[in-house]
Amino acid sequence: MLRVEDTVQTPVEFSPELLNKFADIVSRYPEGKQKSALLPILHLVQAEFQWVSAPAMDKVAEYLKLQPIEVYEVASFYTMYFLRPQGKYVLEVCRTGPCCLVGAEKIMDHIEQKLGVKEGDVTPDGLFSWRGVECLAACGFAPVLQIGPEYTFYENLTNDSVDKLITDLREKG
Amino acid sequence: MARKLLLEHINVPGINTFEVYRSKGGYASVEKALKTLTPEEIVEEVKKSGLRGRGGAGFPTGMKWSFLAKPEGVPRYLVCNADESEPGTFKDRYLMTHIPHLLIEGMIVSSFALGAKTSYIYVRGEMMPQIRILERAIAEAKNAGFLGKNILGTGYDLELYVQPGGGAYICGEETALLESLEGKRGNPRIKPPFPAIAGLYGCPTVVNNVESIAAVVPIINEGAEEYAKIGIGRSTGTKLISAGGNLNKPGVYEIDLGLSCEEFLYSDEYCGGIANGKRLKAVVAGGSSVPILPANLFLKTANGEGRLMSYESLSDGGFVTGTMLGSGGFIAFDEDQCIVRNTWNFARFYHHESCGQCSPCREGTGWMEKVLHRLENGHGKQSDMDLLVDVSKKIEGNTICPLGDAAAWPVASAIRHFRDEFEWHVTHASEATVRNYGLAHYADPLPKPEPAA
Ligand SMILES: Cc1cc2nc3c(=O)[nH]c(=O)nc-3n(C[C@H](O)[C@H](O)[C@H](O)COP(=O)(O)O)c2cc1C
Ligand code: SF4
Ligand code: FES
Repeated sequence: MLRVEDTVQTPVEFSPELLNKFADIVSRYPEGKQKSALLPILHLVQAEFQWVSAPAMDKVAEYLKLQPIEVYEVASFYTMYFLRPQGKYVLEVCRTGPCCLVGAEKIMDHIEQKLGVKEGDVTPDGLFSWRGVECLAACGFAPVLQIGPEYTFYENLTNDSVDKLITDLREKG
Repeated sequence: MARKLLLEHINVPGINTFEVYRSKGGYASVEKALKTLTPEEIVEEVKKSGLRGRGGAGFPTGMKWSFLAKPEGVPRYLVCNADESEPGTFKDRYLMTHIPHLLIEGMIVSSFALGAKTSYIYVRGEMMPQIRILERAIAEAKNAGFLGKNILGTGYDLELYVQPGGGAYICGEETALLESLEGKRGNPRIKPPFPAIAGLYGCPTVVNNVESIAAVVPIINEGAEEYAKIGIGRSTGTKLISAGGNLNKPGVYEIDLGLSCEEFLYSDEYCGGIANGKRLKAVVAGGSSVPILPANLFLKTANGEGRLMSYESLSDGGFVTGTMLGSGGFIAFDEDQCIVRNTWNFARFYHHESCGQCSPCREGTGWMEKVLHRLENGHGKQSDMDLLVDVSKKIEGNTICPLGDAAAWPVASAIRHFRDEFEWHVTHASEATVRNYGLAHYADPLPKPEPAA
């Protein structure tokens, strides 16, 4: 549930490059249907700021000539938009049936233990958070996880491959 | 080995590029369609091919196309459904990753047939890599004159765009998808009006699955009659099956419809049998929404006939002893799997994904999840099974969109076929938290093939 007072109120600025990308998306739809750009634009905002804050949503509303509520209700409906700050790397593990048949739950337990934080919480260094997500359309390569904003995919996970991934990301910082 | 129509060139290095794809005969159907056929003739070919929608419902594609309203001066749209979120289904992702131009080619021919000048491919937002792949493929095709203004000098204009979703299973439902494409929450619309009359921006719209659109390419290239020769009865052509779970060779397979279930499951050409030398307990043949079947009923119908991978054979016996081909999301459960736990997991999924518009779905899915959770965790009661069946019946048929049914069927079928396992969770509550029920009498009747040395 989105509570606007929960989100940081720092004003945001959209760079000219970002605004150019917005304009390119808006051009895909007929005159007056710029609201169609809302989901793609929210993805761009999240890729830029790592989450979607209330001031950012207000700015998007202004840009698309929408009421702020039209943006809030969309951002809160879809699971991909983070309405509060996350770790720099969010490990999203599929937790749906087919993945569980081949060990997804054990992988989630391992990640929790390895990172030392519960689902949804951020590690003290700000680098990681993790959560279970629903079927990622990769059930034949299970267990799987993805990391935004490019949604890089990691398949056939084992405890060892998860350890290596976390070590690599830590080194990268 | 059966001929592949969609995946024939999937292993050709560089097939994801325009050049290589074109060198393998790619985009021939665009030349044929735009230069030698009228839109009506293409619709007629697709009708004659017997192609049925590959997104799950199996509605004849040509018939759907012929329902499209054509009022003067109003744009028409083709929207490709690449939301692929049904648990067990991963064929569209595979196709878009490895042979993206096949989808682009199908979109051009289909858009031309429907008179669409702007078309969208709605891809679930998590498939960002596939979105990038498609965008690159579109740019290549445009560069080569297959998209944009005056395609191949025929006077036909088409713009094709990729639209990301935001993470919501319900946006695979076609009217929720259109709402989402309009920048709104993915709440399914009340039908009628159907999208063919009032779809995207209130204009006539066709929504088709990735695989349905891709299948238009071989239909135009080979001709409807050749296409319809493949398959069995009203299940014509080939179908992509994404196979997961406890298999030796999980993956995406293109089969001729009508292949025997036994061959699909056990032959080395396909799934290669059950992993780790275990035995088969149950199968979900067409994505998480379709009824689960115990091994015996998957391999043979109630009449004892060998079951086939076709729309008709899989639904033989109705929901009492049959299931559905659905989206082709095939999930195999070995002897170690717990049916109660999996049923709870699916119920949790549907509760999480319910858009919340109708109370039977919103409340019913939550209730089923709760009851299944307590059964799985050793706090269930003997009356819980009847309660679950009752709740599932109250959801089924009483909702705006079929997600309600999709949530009800897996629960009702699991109890129908595995009631003893549910009861055991009540009578042996503490044991059930530490070990699984196992195979009981739900084994596959086949001798276990010796694992290769
Ligand atoms: C809850 C729900 C989810 C669905 N998800 C998908 C999906 O991910 N992909 C898809 O092609 N069709 C999905 N469908 C079916 C679509 O509503 C629609 O029937 C389909 O896209 C039509 O294309 P087709 O005729 O080519 O199969 C879903 C339906 C429901 C009710
Ligand atoms: S059946 Fe469920 S998902 Fe479909 S419209 Fe109703 S509440 Fe939404
Ligand atoms: S269930 Fe995990 S990817 Fe499908």
